Amino acid sequence: MHIVVCIKQVPDSAQIRVHPVTNTIMRQGVPTIINPYDLFALEEALRLRDWLGGEVTVLTMGPPMAEESLRKALGIGADRGVLLTDRFFAGSDTLATSYALAQAVRKIGETWGIPEIVFTGKQTIDGDTAQVGPGIARRLALQQLTYVAAVQEVDLENKTITVLRRAEGGVQELKTAIPALITMLEGTNEVRRGTIADVLRGARAELVVWNAQTAGITDVSNCGLRGSPTVVKRVFAPKPRATKAVQIEVGDRDMGTIAEDVIARLYAVQPALEAALLRTAAAY
Amino acid sequence: MKKELPERFKSYKHVWVFIEYEHGEIHPVSLELLGEGRKLADKLGVELIGAVLGGNRAAMQDAVVEAWEYGADLVYVVADPTLEHYRNDPYTRVMTDLVNNYKPEIILLGATVLGRDLAGAVATTLLTGLTADCTELAIDDEGSLAATRPTFGGSLLCTIHTLNFRPQMATVRPRVMAMPGRTKGRQGRVIEHAANLQEFDIITKVLRFLPDRNSNKVQLAYADIVVAGGLGLRSPENLQLVRALAEVLGGEWGGSRPLVQKGWMEAERQIGQTGKTIRPKIYIAAGISGAIQHRVGVEGADTIIAINTDKNAPIFDFAHFGVVTNAIEFLPALTTAFRKRLSVNRLAS
Ligand SMILES: Cc1cc2nc3c(=O)[nH]c(=O)nc-3n(C[C@H](O)[C@H](O)[C@H](O)COP(=O)(O)OP(=O)(O)OC[C@H]3O[C@@H](n4cnc5c(N)ncnc54)[C@H](O)[C@@H]3O)c2cc1C
Ligand SMILES: Cc1cc2nc3c(=O)[nH]c(=O)nc-3n(C[C@H](O)[C@H](O)[C@H](O)COP(=O)(O)OP(=O)(O)OC[C@H]3O[C@@H](n4cnc5c(N)ncnc54)[C@H](O)[C@@H]3O)c2cc1C
Repeated sequence: MHIVVCIKQVPDSAQIRVHPVTNTIMRQGVPTIINPYDLFALEEALRLRDWLGGEVTVLTMGPPMAEESLRKALGIGADRGVLLTDRFFAGSDTLATSYALAQAVRKIGETWGIPEIVFTGKQTIDGDTAQVGPGIARRLALQQLTYVAAVQEVDLENKTITVLRRAEGGVQELKTAIPALITMLEGTNEVRRGTIADVLRGARAELVVWNAQTAGITDVSNCGLRGSPTVVKRVFAPKPRATKAVQIEVGDRDMGTIAEDVIARLYAVQPALEAALLRTAAAY
Repeated sequence: MKKELPERFKSYKHVWVFIEYEHGEIHPVSLELLGEGRKLADKLGVELIGAVLGGNRAAMQDAVVEAWEYGADLVYVVADPTLEHYRNDPYTRVMTDLVNNYKPEIILLGATVLGRDLAGAVATTLLTGLTADCTELAIDDEGSLAATRPTFGGSLLCTIHTLNFRPQMATVRPRVMAMPGRTKGRQGRVIEHAANLQEFDIITKVLRFLPDRNSNKVQLAYADIVVAGGLGLRSPENLQLVRALAEVLGGEWGGSRPLVQKGWMEAERQIGQTGKTIRPKIYIAAGISGAIQHRVGVEGADTIIAINTDKNAPIFDFAHFGVVTNAIEFLPALTTAFRKRLSVNRLAS
């Protein structure tokens, strides 16, 4: 069985700083990581491979330095890393990203065998749209399984897959045909540590590096800024609220008195509140 | 980039809301979007239109009426047995077909599990732009949708346009927009549209649906009163103080993200950008610093009361009332004071 896992290299966003004067993002020196949600997809793929045999190919689109995340994924146990990098991809929105990734998955299939499953994470921590998975599925006409909590069965003979999917208000048990695209829910498995052998292999492995042309993309007008229907017009800081909080006096008053004071202020700004609270209290 | 709308898109008109209808009910986010869509439609001088898909036409009539009463001028109804339970493929096909037939200029969807699953597939099929998790929607001077969303972990906002493609699509998370008023008896038109689907043609089958047990369901997003704790509570045991106050007030409780990461509470109770957006009448935050990712989830509250030992904590920049004190001591006092008031008044009345 062949599985492709799409991973994105993202800034470790907890450490992103915004320039206080110019409001621009200061990316310099911000460490990058594999999008944390993608690790659950990778783990699920490795589990299926260990169970059913086969290979896991990891795919990322990004600048040349994104090779680092591929090496990390190989270090966790993936078999092959493919880096899709080209200046034509710069500025891609989700439509253009899913186009490029879908083309690369197609080429991966031609080269190493058509994947039975393509995995993505639920969403990223930077763009955070959750749109790329569905985009790839549509473009490759794969069955789309989002928010998957568990892969229950893969039947390679009959080419079917059964999963549990997080739906609105409950869990769906879905059965469909492979090839399918799965976006994996977070927290659904325990991401493994790679063996020392894997880590060493990851550090030294030859990566496959494709640009638009070698990935088989003939029409670059579907890529990057040109292939992106969305346009970011403005980036700005949220407006600060005009007034700060009114501070309730604390001093050396006891807690009960301060509490009474808070309640009085609250009832003053929300006159209907007291009656509403009494109604709920009475209902108990 | 300039707006140069290709000729074939010029006939695209009207604002649509995808009405999320499941298990006999409309998801509240769809009503919130009808409220927001109404404003956009009025600004553009066009109609507000709902699209509702489901399995049983008779059962869907309530949803149609509700959509009218919340502002829709027209509702497209697609009823077909294949649409009884949500599945991506038939829903995507029907929505795409509706768009190609009736050509809307804007489509809004809830950023729910269902809405996100559907929106990405529909936008890709139509090869148009889709802006995720918007917090503000407006029409610019050229009549385009200006969709604003948080970026970079909430520290900045960006405004995204889909200038040269139609429809312009956007998703919005539940509770980000205010619930509009309902005009009882308000009526609109309805158009039935055939699905043209056959069950044997749909590959994905729903074997089972296991509903969440209601007793476990946290109603945080729609609670009128929310009490929340942060790391300032210092230990998981002290979360009990938050729960006790919420209980006296008949409200819900939650907390900041680190409490989930530390395993002090379930992820369902996280408030903020990567948790729930809330719009309660009262929000009481105890021992929460007020980081931007927390702030964006609570700014819709009518009154915010913050309790924090640090008088310079950022939460005081957006709270309405502040109490600079130890929350571990103050929460029990506040609970007692409320309890006393409520019981005294109950006896009196
Ligand atoms: C702040 C911000 C806001 C944005 N808002 C929008 C918007 O509203 N609409 C829009 O169309 N674009 C938007 N973009 C652009 C969008 O982020 C990029 O297109 C990005 O390449 C992919 O989208 P995402 O990060 O949201 O991924 P998601 O759709 O959240 O990612 C889902 C999964 O797809 C896979 N994946 C995503 N990107 C890659 C990649 N480069 N290589 C390999 N696998 C990948 C991963 O498995 C990931 O878990 C935004 C970008 C930023 C920085
Ligand atoms: C991508 C991203 C997404 C995020 N999403 C979210 C999200 O959805 N929700 C969220 O909440 N956070 C989110 N965060 C985390 C956020 O940035 C903050 O780290 C977090 O909100 C801080 O939690 P806190 O206020 O409980 O803790 P702290 O920041 O540690 O604040 C504790 C506060 O308690 C006060 N304090 C200490 N002792 C007491 C006492 N005895 N009584 C009263 N006050 C006391 C302190 O003065 C301090 O202000 C996100 C971060 C990132 C990077």
